[in-house]
Formats: sequence, structure tokens, C-alpha cells
Amino acid sequence: MKFSIQVNEGPYQHQASDTAYMFTKAALEAGHEIFRVFFYHDGVNNGTRYTSPPQDDRNVVNRWSELSEAHDLDLVICVAAAQRRGIVDEGEQERNGKDGNNIASGFRISGLGQLIEAGIQADRLVVFGD
Amino acid sequence: MTMLHTVNKSPFEKESLSTCLRLSEDGSSILLIEDAIYAALEGTTTSDSIKNAMKTRKVYALQDDINARGVQDKVMDGIEQVDYAGFVNLVTEHDTVQSWV
Amino acid sequence: MSEVKKFLYVNRRAPYGTIYAWESLEVVLIGAAFDQDVTLAFVDDGVFQLTKGHDTAGIGMKNFTPTYAALGDYDINKIYVEKESLEARGLTIDDLQHLVWEDEDEDWAEKDSIKVVSASELAEIMGQQDIVLSF
Repeated sequence: MKFSIQVNEGPYQHQASDTAYMFTKAALEAGHEIFRVFFYHDGVNNGTRYTSPPQDDRNVVNRWSELSEAHDLDLVICVAAAQRRGIVDEGEQERNGKDGNNIASGFRISGLGQLIEAGIQADRLVVFGD
Repeated sequence: MTMLHTVNKSPFEKESLSTCLRLSEDGSSILLIEDAIYAALEGTTTSDSIKNAMKTRKVYALQDDINARGVQDKVMDGIEQVDYAGFVNLVTEHDTVQSWV
Repeated sequence: MSEVKKFLYVNRRAPYGTIYAWESLEVVLIGAAFDQDVTLAFVDDGVFQLTKGHDTAGIGMKNFTPTYAALGDYDINKIYVEKESLEARGLTIDDLQHLVWEDEDEDWAEKDSIKVVSASELAEIMGQQDIVLSF
């Protein structure tokens, strides 16, 4: 089956990103396909490469990046929500005149249409939020 | 169409569970995850609402969230515990998923 | 392209205290371009998103609620408000914005977009959906 996942909360503050990650991993292990993971609201904060969490706990951002690389996942960060919260890739840096960018590996920034498409193209859409 | 309802907030923190119970149809399934697993405990002010729901809906709880919170010995009878693989299966077995956040 | 799916947007939170109400509406507006079968449900504190007379100047936030009036132009006209949620909050339909759409099949007759429904009616509507977006 093809799944799309929506993550509405940022790393550590809520369990949503953790549960979404565990679900996504379990779905892949069971042989399912992940069409897209779409990060919305504070969920866009899962896509910054500048976190430095304590070594003895999980690294939420890196975990998503690694899963993305291992399975060629499409991790999409909503551009409007990202602009509000300061998650920036090179394109956004240039477009908005910022002096740097912070997007984590394996993520890309795109529009809300990607969420609707994720719902249309997948067999199931599961939302993780608070 | 069969619906799987997921609830992730404690019934003592938010009304998400009670709204879910009010708006879920007979024959649907409810999966308690994250802090909502506290709704699966015996002897609380919300236990009866879950027991009532179980008459017409199947209620599941995510075992890993129960274990994390150290309340495995307090879970009421009739709640089927699943792991994340079981969570994935529940999603495939139902036509639609509705998350009550 | 693929078949038309039934999309339900569930709104359960009050406006301004959190961003979910506004960012959910942004999804609805973008989603309108995809010609899916769209339904909006307002439940619990979500009913407060639709009340009239918001004046946000004092809290320094943008009042986004006039945007609901545009939903009819985007062919979003299935807007359900749960009766139990309204009553628990001392509200009636008269406290809500009057949202309308124009039915081109009936000579552009203006019709109400908002229907107040009971919990059991809304449960049935929810049970028919393919994709449910929660915010």
C-alpha cells in the first residue's frame, strides 16, 4: 500500500514527529511504499540541520534524514509554514534575502499543493499532530 | 467505509477523546496512542466512557506508549494492544484514518 | 489524473490562540485548485473560527476570518458545524458568519454554505470521507 504522512509538530516539543517516524519505519519494514511525508505547522522545524540534541537521546532531525536517504523518501516542508518559522533552503535564502540557509539533508521545501497531491496519490493519509 | 480513529492526547488534558467517541460511528475502530493511552486505564473517571465505546467499536492501544509510561499493569480488559507494525496493519485494514489531535 | 477523492478538513481549535485555524484555511484555499470533493467540519472550539465581529487590532494579529466569505467562490460549500459544539458554547447559527455560494445549476441562486448538524449526522458525514486532514 502507498502511504502519505502529515507531521504537524516540531522535534522534541511533541511526540508527533517521533510517532510519525516510528510509523513510517514500520510501514517500510512491512514492504509498504511511502509516497510523501509532508511537514506542516511547527512540523517544518523537523527540517533544520542546526539542532544539537544531547548525545544520549535520539536525534530527531538526523533520524528523518537517514531514513530519507536509506529509502529515497520524499520529505517535504511546506514553504508558507517554513517562511513563518525560518526554515530556509538555498532558493528561499536567495528569494527572501537571507544571509544563510538551514535545511537538513533529505528534506525539500515546496508548496501546500504537495500535501493535497499526497492525499490524492496515496491509498492512506495519516496525520500526526497535537 | 470503515474508519480508524487515532487519539493521541490524554483525556484528562483535552476533549479530543470525548469528541472522537461522540463523532465515531458504530463499527469503527479507535486506536489510543501517545498520551491517550491513559484512557485505557482501569479505575479512572474516563474508564466507563471507553467501556461503553467498546460495546460498538473496537478499541486498541499502542503497547509501546503504554510501556513507556509504566502503566501496563493498569490497562483494562478488552483493549487490544498493538505495536507500530500493528498500527500500520490497522491503517491498511480500514478505508480511512481520522486523527483526533 | 486519478479519481476525485472526498477530502474532509476538521477544525477543532479556536482562532488566534494557536495558528492551526489560519494554516488549515490556507490548505483549504490551495486545495480548491485540485477539484476534489471538499467538506469542512467545525467541531469543539473550531466553531469559534466562524463567529462574526472579530477585532484583532489590539492583539496585533491579522484577522484572517474575512477569508471564509471567499470559500463559496472556490466551490467550497459543504461546511458543517456541530450543533452540540455550538450549544456547549452558548452559540447559535446567528452568531456565525453568513457564508454563501452561488449555484450555477440554479441560475446562480445564492445558497447557505453552513449547515448545523447533530453529532450523529456529522459522524455519518465523516464516515464517508476518503482523506481526513486534522490540524
